[in-house]
Amino acid sequence: MSGAGTTRAAGHGLTTVRRPGAWAAETWEGAQELSERAATDLTELRRETGAVLRLPEGAVVDSGDVDVERTSDETMIINMGPQHPSTHGVLRLMLELDGETVLRTKPIIGYLHTGMEKTGEELTYVQGATNVTRMDYLSPLHNELVFSLATEALLGVELPPRAVWIRMLMVELNRISSHLMWMATNGMDLGSTSMMIYGFRERELVLSFFEKVTGLRMNHNYIRPGGVAADLPDGWQDDVTVICDTVMERTYEYDELLTGQPIFRERTEGVGSLTAEEALALSATGPILRSTGVAWDLRRTMPYLAYDQVDFDVIVGTFGDNFDRYAIRLNEIRESVRIVRQIIERMPPGDYRVQDRKVTPPPRARIDESMEALIHHFKVFTEGFRVPEGEVYVAVESPRGELGCYLVSDGTSKPYRLHIRGPSFVNLQTLPVLLHGGLVADAIADISSVDPVMGEVDR
Amino acid sequence: MSAPELDLGVRRAARPGGTSAAEPGAPGGSDLDLMPDVPRRGGTLVDLVAFPSRERYRDMVAAFRQDGFEMCADLCAVDYLTHPGRSLPEGVRPERFEVVVNLLSLSSRRRVRIRVQVPEDDPVLPSVVDIYPGADAMEREAFDMMGIRFVGHPDLTRILMPEDWEGHPLRKDFGVGRVPVQFKEAPGPR
Repeated sequence: MSGAGTTRAAGHGLTTVRRPGAWAAETWEGAQELSERAATDLTELRRETGAVLRLPEGAVVDSGDVDVERTSDETMIINMGPQHPSTHGVLRLMLELDGETVLRTKPIIGYLHTGMEKTGEELTYVQGATNVTRMDYLSPLHNELVFSLATEALLGVELPPRAVWIRMLMVELNRISSHLMWMATNGMDLGSTSMMIYGFRERELVLSFFEKVTGLRMNHNYIRPGGVAADLPDGWQDDVTVICDTVMERTYEYDELLTGQPIFRERTEGVGSLTAEEALALSATGPILRSTGVAWDLRRTMPYLAYDQVDFDVIVGTFGDNFDRYAIRLNEIRESVRIVRQIIERMPPGDYRVQDRKVTPPPRARIDESMEALIHHFKVFTEGFRVPEGEVYVAVESPRGELGCYLVSDGTSKPYRLHIRGPSFVNLQTLPVLLHGGLVADAIADISSVDPVMGEVDR
Repeated sequence: MSAPELDLGVRRAARPGGTSAAEPGAPGGSDLDLMPDVPRRGGTLVDLVAFPSRERYRDMVAAFRQDGFEMCADLCAVDYLTHPGRSLPEGVRPERFEVVVNLLSLSSRRRVRIRVQVPEDDPVLPSVVDIYPGADAMEREAFDMMGIRFVGHPDLTRILMPEDWEGHPLRKDFGVGRVPVQFKEAPGPR
């Protein structure tokens, strides 16, 4: 707060560097850095040492239990990341430490920013799914799903039931693979290298099936506006059954390896606790919110696709700590397996994409016999289809929380504005609360339990 | 903040009649009668859209917070510079920028969308961070990408772009492909 802090009173409480034609702003804390401890005034210090969270009702910190005498030479600011292997990508944290205790935390992001929302404005709706699928690269199908649902909401098309159920099958398998990946990396962060290998091993099963269906292990571009890219291959039931059986059986091995293991429990129970009020105030969703006891799962509370027709449980925790978040993800794998099993039983026959010629290109066989079909096919893939003017916000439950898509159309074949509400981006705001008062060693576990995917955070 | 009285039982049955996202919202009905003079309309999906003026934006967000919208799900800005014309309800003067806030009520399972017009020559809006702390990163992103300045935000810095970046890349008049990639140490085009 040195320097820039002195100009705080001016105007809007924000100083601007005046360069012709450009806005650049500085903060009271300087350029994205933590300020010196000595520059913190008393009220600010109380608030920060009491709780980093700014609660609306100004939850008063009892000044008696706050050590406001702490000076800057007693604390230390260290950088964790962006190359730290436990930060799951290029997340950089500035931690203020008192000994080994974390006081303040500031996540600094943007290292992976590639302007995907801007790119989305340059691609047609047909091409758009290839763009959004690269955001959250651990659950690409959810990104494609939310983009497709938003486009279809603007188009006003109704999908055939088989397309809906194929989508549901694929995103649930994706949830399994994403959670398995999380189990693997979380185990790694806590020193369980066996879990790392096991998680990747089981995830490979799911990815092989994805490769069989979509042609790619990741970034599938399989769920598209108007349906899915291709029908499921013959014998998919057998493949999926094998996945279900294997994964279900292995989750009980994880129980033996981690859940009941005293060292694992010591490291996770009561670490990184969050209350329901804090989670709601910080807009946290997904397993973080559910670990605090709030049974909010969009699949249940605001059903999309056909989730209101399948039977599954919403897993909630009690204490909002790392162990609850672990247990929720482990059990969500089982619930997803349960959903997938129902989908195998009930997969309806029919079209895998909508037969609306405005949206869907003609089938390959028609191109050989009809010039118009060839032209139509060419048009759909070069110009794309026009989407009526309007705006829509659609949200789905991704493995990390509420994945939203705000889409504005100006009536052309490209989105006028594509905004993705990434759950990782928003959930990262809980980190200062989770880490506060804990140890540096637990910070690793806390970061892991938030499950940020930096591709989605930075977009 | 009151404790979340969330009647969201684990085994609760699906909403009666609710299939996928096609359930129509109740336009102008139910509990959303607050600030009835603010233009509004039923959204495309289950949500409602309200169009308060800049002066009333903060009051409206606060009123929704009081009304049981526990979470600010999303906040983003849109630049309507090259849009051929959007449909707005009567009484709303279109401006270049629009800030869109998505609020979520967990207890009543509703969404509401607030769209505020922000003029080009004075892209300033009051911050709602003290009402919804979760809007912190979202407002920083809107500032970074669109240059909307949120008055009262405790730490309005760039969040995704480098600190010394000039301009706001999601604006429609921000040149695409003209500026070489700027690394911090490299001699830039500036």
